[in-house]
Amino acid sequence: MRKYARKMKRIYLDYAATTPAHPEVVKAMQSYYSNAFGNSSSIHSYGQETREAIEIARKKVAALINARSEEIIFTSGGTEADNLALKGIAYTSKDRGNHIITSSIEHHAVMETCDFLKEQGFRITCVPVDKYGLINPEDVKKAITDKTILISIMHANNEVGTIQPIAEIGKLAREADILFHTDAVQTVGHIPVDVNEIRADLLSTSAHKLYGPKGVGALYVRKGTKITSLLHGGEQENRRRAGTHNTPAIVGFGKAAELAQKELQHESKHLTSLRNKLINGLQKQVEHIYLNGHPTKRLPNNANIRVDFVEGEAMLLSLDLEGIAISTGSACSSSNLKPSHILTAIGLQPDQAHSSLRLSLGRETTEEDIGRVLEVLPQIIARLRAMSPLTKSSMQEKTNA
Amino acid sequence: MPNIWHQYSEKVMEHFENPHNVGEMENPDGIGHVGNPMCGDIMELYIRVKDNIITEAKFKTFGCGAAIATSSMVTEMVKGETVEEALKISNQAVAEALGGLPPVKMHCSVLAEEALRSAINDYLNKSKKED
Ligand code: FES
Repeated sequence: MRKYARKMKRIYLDYAATTPAHPEVVKAMQSYYSNAFGNSSSIHSYGQETREAIEIARKKVAALINARSEEIIFTSGGTEADNLALKGIAYTSKDRGNHIITSSIEHHAVMETCDFLKEQGFRITCVPVDKYGLINPEDVKKAITDKTILISIMHANNEVGTIQPIAEIGKLAREADILFHTDAVQTVGHIPVDVNEIRADLLSTSAHKLYGPKGVGALYVRKGTKITSLLHGGEQENRRRAGTHNTPAIVGFGKAAELAQKELQHESKHLTSLRNKLINGLQKQVEHIYLNGHPTKRLPNNANIRVDFVEGEAMLLSLDLEGIAISTGSACSSSNLKPSHILTAIGLQPDQAHSSLRLSLGRETTEEDIGRVLEVLPQIIARLRAMSPLTKSSMQEKTNA
Repeated sequence: MPNIWHQYSEKVMEHFENPHNVGEMENPDGIGHVGNPMCGDIMELYIRVKDNIITEAKFKTFGCGAAIATSSMVTEMVKGETVEEALKISNQAVAEALGGLPPVKMHCSVLAEEALRSAINDYLNKSKKED
């Protein structure tokens, strides 16, 4: 592996992939490795200690989404939460029906679980999105049949950042008496999420997206909702998720949730302004740059742009050599050489998907960082455009048109 | 595997950062224009031929780091070669000259080989017509 060579401050702009654990989170976790190390299932004082710590964390996670403690199931992360929601409800409700409604822009954890359920005989309907990545609740409504047991629509998209009208979808699901799950991995801790307001019956979240540790997440399951467990072999989580508790991670998740609740307002405002500065700055300096996703209904920290005539992996690589970390939906950077299904779903042509970059900001992002991207990225684009056979003809076409 | 490029060799990085022979050519003797069926990238390659010897080669590429590096390398490799010798340059040879490519990036070197073939064929077709 090539070591990144030049000496400079690195700039991390991939917070949508993962965030660094907050120092207070790390501090909170520390005593649960070798001091308070007891198994939460043990009856003695060691077990008591960790049991209490876990319940405190559960309260904090619940509070962040306005849920009750007993409605939180701790999991190994967002992926497990999604798997549990979909498979758990599918198994439980299979006598009532076999139809699940989801969207074309879900995270792989939902998408591939749906593919799996399809093989098991379930019927899956994928509602489309418009060019902004928005789902029309009417499409969801139209897809409902008397066999529908679950609607699973993500809260905000991880790639293009579009925030879905899930309160409306939750409402129509409730009216039709169908369970509603939302993958809120990208939103919890970043924008207000209230399970009652959106009428979610199930909601997935993950700690490492909100400055908590990796390897822990949670599924909210509304009180009274029956769900089949994926893991058997213990009493934990009310028999809904067996396995010794990962106490340090759960404690860290609790701390992260507590901090997020405090900082959410300020953070989303701050990031929105930095993000707009970034998008406007790039569009001002460089021609043929377009925003992917919705201009206003989007995550505060997400800037997903299309830089025509340049391939994304080449830009990613060039930025990384400058110490700037971002991500791309380009086919060249995926192992199966297919462009991201999300960019395809919003109607981008393959070459446009090729040219898309995601810059996602976070707590540590500064004005200077954005300034540096605005200085470096236009140069990289100019260099790569000079090399691109698409540049000349396309630019002429566009000027003529 | 978004981080596949971490497997790029020093040589690949060198050619990616400072590619040789970038740009278009005025009145080339042969032009190759190929698209990559795998991921959809595009490469254009121009050659100048004098007395059956390729004296100059240039390229334009819309593609990943490996595609840019292989374009750069192949334009270096053909210079000074006869047309027949140039036709024998394989994508493996280009990849080897770059110190190897990650397996998922081998198709990018195929694109370079095809661009070269197509430029040479263009030249051969044109010169046939002139005869
Ligand atoms: S050009 Fe697309 S992977 Fe190399």
